[in-house]
Amino acid sequence: MKVIKTILKRKLNWVALPLVVLFLVTATFAPLLAPTDPSAVDLEQKLSPPSHSHLLGTDHLGRDILSRLIWGARTSMGSVFLIINLVMITSLVVGSISGYIGGKVDSLFMRICEIFLTFPTFILAMFLIGVLGTGMINVVLAIALTHWAWYARIIRSLVLSMKNREYILAARVVGTSHWQIFVKHLAPPVLAQLVILATLDIGHMMLHVSGLSFLGLGVQPPMPEWGVMINDARQYIWTQPELIMYPGLMIFLAVLAFNILGDTFRDSLDPDILAEEA
Amino acid sequence: MLKFIFRRLLTLIPLLLVVSILVFLILRLGENDPAMAYLRLSQIPPTDDALATARETLGLNRPWTVQYFDWLWRTFHLDFGNSYVTGTPVLERILYYLPNTLYLAGVAFLITIVLSLPLGVMAALKKDRIPDHLTRVLAFIGVSTPNFWLGFMLVFLFSVHLGWLPPMGKGGIAHVIMPAFSLALMSLCINIRLVRASMLEQMNSRSVLYARVRGIFEKWVVGRHIFKNSMIPVITAIGMHIGEMLGGAVVVEMIFAWPGVGRFAVSSIYNRDFPVMQCFILMMTVIFVCSNLAVDIVNAWIDPRIRYEGNN
Repeated sequence: MKVIKTILKRKLNWVALPLVVLFLVTATFAPLLAPTDPSAVDLEQKLSPPSHSHLLGTDHLGRDILSRLIWGARTSMGSVFLIINLVMITSLVVGSISGYIGGKVDSLFMRICEIFLTFPTFILAMFLIGVLGTGMINVVLAIALTHWAWYARIIRSLVLSMKNREYILAARVVGTSHWQIFVKHLAPPVLAQLVILATLDIGHMMLHVSGLSFLGLGVQPPMPEWGVMINDARQYIWTQPELIMYPGLMIFLAVLAFNILGDTFRDSLDPDILAEEA
Repeated sequence: MLKFIFRRLLTLIPLLLVVSILVFLILRLGENDPAMAYLRLSQIPPTDDALATARETLGLNRPWTVQYFDWLWRTFHLDFGNSYVTGTPVLERILYYLPNTLYLAGVAFLITIVLSLPLGVMAALKKDRIPDHLTRVLAFIGVSTPNFWLGFMLVFLFSVHLGWLPPMGKGGIAHVIMPAFSLALMSLCINIRLVRASMLEQMNSRSVLYARVRGIFEKWVVGRHIFKNSMIPVITAIGMHIGEMLGGAVVVEMIFAWPGVGRFAVSSIYNRDFPVMQCFILMMTVIFVCSNLAVDIVNAWIDPRIRYEGNN
């Protein structure tokens, strides 16, 4: 309840929250909401203007734009959901072990993180896709691989700052095992901060997914994806600019909504994280 | 100061070595066989014989360690091998395209700095008033706009509709405006907010309070005490912006048919042209690392505390 109160206090969220809900609902129920099959090719109907059967018209293969936009939400949200989960799990494991155990394990893990942070992210993601191959799962893997290190470093510093607090020491003194301490006392607060951080990053990751797909290195056609749709429509910019307009607007609105919502939580971040972020 | 720079340079060597090992291994760990890629791109049918010959000529049948050290040795001598597609040296091609990319990124970088400083300062000085709100909205919009979509929208508005700017290619100043702006918008918006936040933090510092107590002119306080001290986080972020821009440039070059290294790299990824991919990622990483190093040096030069902290 407290969370909802914080969200509703900011006026911008009155716009962002319904948008986020809308996108999530669309993504979840895409098969029910889409009027037609998003991949159904009908060359006789290609590039047709809006009509009753195709509310937003059709693309260069006669596919229904509206259905593709709706399914695109599913692709976007789905891939970002997977990325966030992968990043959170990996960084939680690495960061906690590193921060809690310390010593040689810590310095080894942190070296590994440092190496990942040496590369420019988008370019490393491109390179990884070049090796793994294109497709949604590989994009998810590539983006997760290029982002986890930053999170792991933050989690490590959080765990470090927490592990010597009195309540943890007290738990040690009464003989609680390391595993119990981690599960009961360390993981919950760390996880809370991690979720906030991840919310801040959702928009950024969506841009990465659609950017790579736009380049032809991400989600592959005929799978409906907004970045792919923009790339498909690029040659029609002189005649049918709305083909580029719609999917771009979707990306923009989705990213904007998540960014505004994420920003609300920024104030509730641990100061340690804010310092690390800057 | 020299000691600081020297020590930072020393830490780079092992880092770049590990980076090179990683790049080398990743390319060979995948399911891709460089020999297969080579045959496909040279349009030789992949018979067992042809594969064996290709492995022989590419030196792929030697142990990995030997291959790595051989590759590293050549890389040190700036020999990145030949492209599987064209058969010409990779470095030649990359160096042919790289200046265009650096030009594009440079202009975008300039736009970022020139616009973000005054806007950020204004937002901080007029906190919670109209200029501040405007830049906040602008920042939200800017960081949420996909650069590949922004590019097309600019083309639609300024080329298709108004006919003011050329839609693609490289030429005079007019050609660089739209690509550079598409590339800059994200960093620009992040930077505006960063300058603002950093200025506000300095405004509440004791040194500024003391300056005010001494009765120093407001302009002097803002310029000398607040602005100058608030630059350190902003400079630190420049390294991050450069990383963003190297990646963003690839996308923007595709939209505007800009003859940069990014387009070349994307086509090499489609083709699995391994030598080009290797050279591209190493080149970009080195540029990224060096710009981060430059940022560190500038920061240490401005703020002696960083220098001394590093020395101990």
